[in-house]
Amino acid sequence: MEETVRYAEATGLLGSVWLLVAIPLVSAAILLLLGRRADRWGHWLGVAAIGAAFVLGLTYFFQLRGLENKSVEQSLWQFISVGDFKVDFGLLFDPLAAVFVLLITGVGFLIHLYAVEYMAHDEGRRRFFAYFNLFVAAMLLLVLGNNYVMLYFGWEGVGLASYLLISFWYGRPSAATAGKKAFLMNRVGDAGLAIGIFVMFATLGTTQYDEVFNGVGALTGTTVLVLGLLLLLGAAGKSGQFPLQAWLPDAMEGPTPVSALIHAATMVTAGVYLIARSNPIFSANHTLQLVVVSVGALTLLMGCLIGAAKDDIKRVLAWSTVSQIGYMFLGVGLGGGAYALAIVHLLAHGFFKANMFLGAGSVMHGMNDQVDIRRFGNLSKYMKATWLTFMMGWLAIIGMFPFSGFFSKEPIIVAAFEREGWTAWLFGGAALLGAGLTAFYMTRLFVLTFHGPARWTEDIEHPHESPKLMTIPLVLLAIGSVGAGFLLATSVPDWLQATGGLGGQEEGHEAVLAHWLITALSLLVTVLGAGLAWALFRTGTATAPQPAGVLVTAARRNLYTDAVNEAVFEKPGIFLTRALVFLDNRGVDGLVNGLAAAVGGGSGRLRRLQTGFVRSYATSILTGALLVVAAFLAVQAGWLA
Amino acid sequence: MTELKLPSIDYAALAPILIMLGVALVGVLVEAFVPRRLRNTVQLTLALAAVLGALTMVILNSDDRLLTAGQAIAVDGPTLFLQGAILVLAAMALLLIGERSIERGGAFVAHAAVTAESPDDRRQAEGASGTTEVYPLATFAIGGMLIFVAANDLLTMFIALEVFSLPLYLLCALARRRRLLSQEAAMKYFMLGAYASAFFLFGVALIYGFTSGIPGRTAGVDFATVHAAVTDSPASPVLLFAGMALLAIGLLFKAAAAPFHVWTPDVYQGAPTPVTGFMAACTKVAAFGALLRVFHVAFSGAAWDFTPVLGAVAVLTMLVGAVLAVTQTDIKRLLAYSSIANAGYLLVGVLAPSKDGLSGTMFYLVAYGLSVLAAFAVVTLVRDADGEATHLSRWAGLGRRSPFFAAIFTFLLLAFAGIPLTSGFMSKVAVFGAAWASGNAWLVVAGVVTSMVLAFPYLRVVVMMWLSEPGDATPTVTVPGALTSAALVIGVLATLVLGVAPAPLLDLANGAAEFVR
Repeated sequence: MEETVRYAEATGLLGSVWLLVAIPLVSAAILLLLGRRADRWGHWLGVAAIGAAFVLGLTYFFQLRGLENKSVEQSLWQFISVGDFKVDFGLLFDPLAAVFVLLITGVGFLIHLYAVEYMAHDEGRRRFFAYFNLFVAAMLLLVLGNNYVMLYFGWEGVGLASYLLISFWYGRPSAATAGKKAFLMNRVGDAGLAIGIFVMFATLGTTQYDEVFNGVGALTGTTVLVLGLLLLLGAAGKSGQFPLQAWLPDAMEGPTPVSALIHAATMVTAGVYLIARSNPIFSANHTLQLVVVSVGALTLLMGCLIGAAKDDIKRVLAWSTVSQIGYMFLGVGLGGGAYALAIVHLLAHGFFKANMFLGAGSVMHGMNDQVDIRRFGNLSKYMKATWLTFMMGWLAIIGMFPFSGFFSKEPIIVAAFEREGWTAWLFGGAALLGAGLTAFYMTRLFVLTFHGPARWTEDIEHPHESPKLMTIPLVLLAIGSVGAGFLLATSVPDWLQATGGLGGQEEGHEAVLAHWLITALSLLVTVLGAGLAWALFRTGTATAPQPAGVLVTAARRNLYTDAVNEAVFEKPGIFLTRALVFLDNRGVDGLVNGLAAAVGGGSGRLRRLQTGFVRSYATSILTGALLVVAAFLAVQAGWLA
Repeated sequence: MTELKLPSIDYAALAPILIMLGVALVGVLVEAFVPRRLRNTVQLTLALAAVLGALTMVILNSDDRLLTAGQAIAVDGPTLFLQGAILVLAAMALLLIGERSIERGGAFVAHAAVTAESPDDRRQAEGASGTTEVYPLATFAIGGMLIFVAANDLLTMFIALEVFSLPLYLLCALARRRRLLSQEAAMKYFMLGAYASAFFLFGVALIYGFTSGIPGRTAGVDFATVHAAVTDSPASPVLLFAGMALLAIGLLFKAAAAPFHVWTPDVYQGAPTPVTGFMAACTKVAAFGALLRVFHVAFSGAAWDFTPVLGAVAVLTMLVGAVLAVTQTDIKRLLAYSSIANAGYLLVGVLAPSKDGLSGTMFYLVAYGLSVLAAFAVVTLVRDADGEATHLSRWAGLGRRSPFFAAIFTFLLLAFAGIPLTSGFMSKVAVFGAAWASGNAWLVVAGVVTSMVLAFPYLRVVVMMWLSEPGDATPTVTVPGALTSAALVIGVLATLVLGVAPAPLLDLANGAAEFVR
């Protein structure tokens, strides 16, 4: 078997990579175990832990740059050893992991800072930071593991943290329900990932990345397809992609920093990470790539359509997240060099989406937790810092030159046009249309929030700008939104080259359109979409729900996906559980109870034989003796042979 | 007149037996010559020293594989293993018997001759020092058991049976409280024991008849002769099979197998609890040791034709034990039925005619003995002003009152139920595995089904202890004295260790699983 993926042993400073996971984990444990005693200083411990992890991550990053083989592996201990099944508790630090570590700890640190102020008046702030650090630890484990079981470990860890944080205000029924919904839909995806890992073990006998990737060439096409589809199901669940997208917008019930870090910048991109990491599997089968691309394209359009019809500022952002991750899936599905493009978009998105979520949080902070964009307007006068930083995020996400979204999104659109034959038109067209729609609904959000006439509720007299601790992270993230794209797009693909299979230039097809034409078209649709939205919403909007046509009504109802889920899964599921409960009560329990009653009754009757009289005991022994002797003689006579 | 030849005697090999019987005789003298207030200490020390000395000799003899005393005694792997087991369990039982701090004067009556329920009886129950004859009696019984598992001919076996049974009958009658129940138990045990002994002896007689007339051999009841006769005796095999059946009945009575178990609940309930523990652990080892030797050495030539019959007895035993345990309301009777069911599981092991069956059964005997002694040790601790509170309803809510002892008892019950990580699980695996490998799958199925039934009464006690509110009637758990604590610690630790790391003892049993002929 040809070894294409080879990892080096971690030496020197890189031998302590495990600290990245350990520091947030220990801080989470301290915060949870100390309880109220840590209330006064707990949040600072949380911030410090993530800050330390970021500094460490940077150090490791520079170490890694100097190495020949940029993939270092560290096996800490044997985690599972049952028969042939061996799983190391091992970490892998390579370029892909490195950029994720920097994103998670860097953006995480800024959001932590913001959250100190945002959660200042919440009684559960210490608990919040404990969960938050638990999340960071799990997310780092997810991207640092050197095998699929470690990844699964982190995968479940972030799922747990996400559940705890979505339903952080568990007193609100909507938050509790959203937490459950997220948990359940994630389980569907997680089951896919788990079965995928089983398939891996059954066919390859290992779950270590290097062994799996080196062995995948020996598998049949069908096995690779099944394996890839299972991994894709897991990825779709975690990243809110079709058909498992419905939980993500509901997850906005959690505190805004959670939405920013977990449900925009990091955790939801775990699916993209999984596919990028497993690129040798996905590259091995063209059907598989087609499925990934289709899921990406479909989801990105769905996200845009629904995002355009929503009035809740966080939900619009959530649907835009769904849509942007659709772009990333499109990228990783295209294979070859587009893997790196997807990762670039993921990183850029991490900055500008976190920026906008924190901006939205800042707006809510100043508007008594109002989330309805029809009730905002004219806030640019009152919240200068929020307005300007949000503007950077807005320009970035719609892909305006020279903001970061332009440099990260446009190459994906170009790559989509480089496919073979009609699929180039289909996916390229979808990506282009998505760009226009994104410009439309994000502009609508921006204009309705910050411009036009004020449509505030009566209780607000003078919206206030948020304190420094909230605006400083906003400014830093805004700088990222402006500059990150260009820097990332020029450096990251080369950097990722060293990761097995990533960034390798496939001798792609010629694009069906000239490169400059695609760029011009995407800028054109962006300007058109933004201009249309500006023209429509410049003067504000009605504060009451408006009657709408078929498409908008459908979009308001999430394109009826919830209804489909309800009809296809929930109703039959409820029926099935009821039927099972009935069967259990009447059938199984009946049988068990019947047996128990029979045993008890028999016992009660047999007890009467135990009379306490020696004479009846002697009779019992005599009867038994006669029977045994008779039986022995019957054996001797051959009757019982 | 034939010349009498003195048999050669290997005193070292017989040392464990000689030590126990010798110390028992010394114990009788102690009763006569040592002042009353010193007797308990002296007797307990003597008895424990004897047990430890005998155990040391067993360990020193561990490589012996020989017949001695004119072929009457076999010192081989199973003998040494089972003698060791009896001595370890007996040491624990002696600790419980010697405990004086839980109840003033100990668990035994001060003057056995006092009329029950009389004013004198009430006075002695108030705290007069218990009778110390229990130590020589127990020591005699232990000595008898040591001979019983080593006996290589049927007459020696019979003598040994009587040597260990007679002291047990007496011990059963010596409870300090509820003396009528205790005396009734002893009476029943004695009468039915005598009855069973008669069966045994009749069996010996028939087998003696069967062995006569083999060319080149004189008739006899030593196992070599019996074994030879099984293959080429001219006598009618009816004699053999009838004799075997009667012999088996005598042994199954001691082992408490159905339908010869009827004495068990009454005797277990009436006897002083330390003696009940002693019987449940040591008598079981002795009875099954003898069964193993008889079937593996003397009758193995009968090609295990009798397996279906004894299998039926095993199934009946398991069923009776498990089903009747369900409706018991007294903890000691519950444990008695559990002990009956366990006799069934042990029979499953005995009926696996393989080395694994032999070693599995021996492992089971040790593991069960250690757990059951610990369980009876807990029973001695749960008491109120009238002595032990054995009615199950009184145990309700014990988990709230004394979570520590309730947890220990829960653990022991889980071990009886065969939950993994306890010795109960490992021993069931050992015997059922051997039975399955020998083709006795039906016995394994019956064993598993009855185990499930049996789990119910155990868990009922657990539920009662933990999930009921303690009432006024809930007794307290007395703080155990050093002796009971020691026994309890040994039993519980062994139950855990044998469940987690059974390999050393299983290896030991495997290494010992070969009889000499």
